[in-house]
Amino acid sequence: MPSPEHIKQRIEAAIPGAHAEVEDYTGGGDHFRAIITAASFAGRSRIEQHRLVYEVFEDEIGGAIHALSLKTQTPEQLPTPEPGAIT
Amino acid sequence: MSHTDPATELPMAPRAESAGSATRPGPDSNPIREAIEQVISENRVILFMKGTPEAPACGFSARTVAALQALEVPFAAVDVLPDARIRAELSLISEWPTIPQLFVGGQLIGGCDIVCEMYESGELEQALR
Repeated sequence: MPSPEHIKQRIEAAIPGAHAEVEDYTGGGDHFRAIITAASFAGRSRIEQHRLVYEVFEDEIGGAIHALSLKTQTPEQLPTPEPGAIT
Repeated sequence: MSHTDPATELPMAPRAESAGSATRPGPDSNPIREAIEQVISENRVILFMKGTPEAPACGFSARTVAALQALEVPFAAVDVLPDARIRAELSLISEWPTIPQLFVGGQLIGGCDIVCEMYESGELEQALR
């Protein structure tokens, strides 16, 4: 069963410079919500940004990961940047 | 007054020209894919969802329907649940793994997350105008 930490690590390993916050919002180990901040999202549409994340998991989306709700942004779009939080 | 068109039924039977043709459908013949591409091209705003706008079968589909209805935009809807091949073919066409999927003018706008984010920011209303 994927854990939020496992999903976070895979996203951050696959997307250079990405910072991911992942939450299991039902507690059931199959519905996740992720906020992903990456400089490499710059210049890409939301569709392209989300595709980059979905590609990390391929067939697991809809399988072991029943739902992965995404919010993607670049560091410049952070609403309240916390110094030191994003490297 | 409903702002929603009746749910669109995909024509699953082989199209007339291939049924009446002397040649067998080639290996590339794919009636479901063709039916999906046809409804996307024929409906400016079309939502592929689980269930119907009146009775969504998934929270993500329900939220996407709610965003469209809040903007009072007429839209066609296709329920992907009756036949698993609809979802499989749709995802191959759109390169998008999840349901719902909203198309406007033949282009994929996104799933629930993007549609709801665009609704909040006002971008959805602009895209649908």
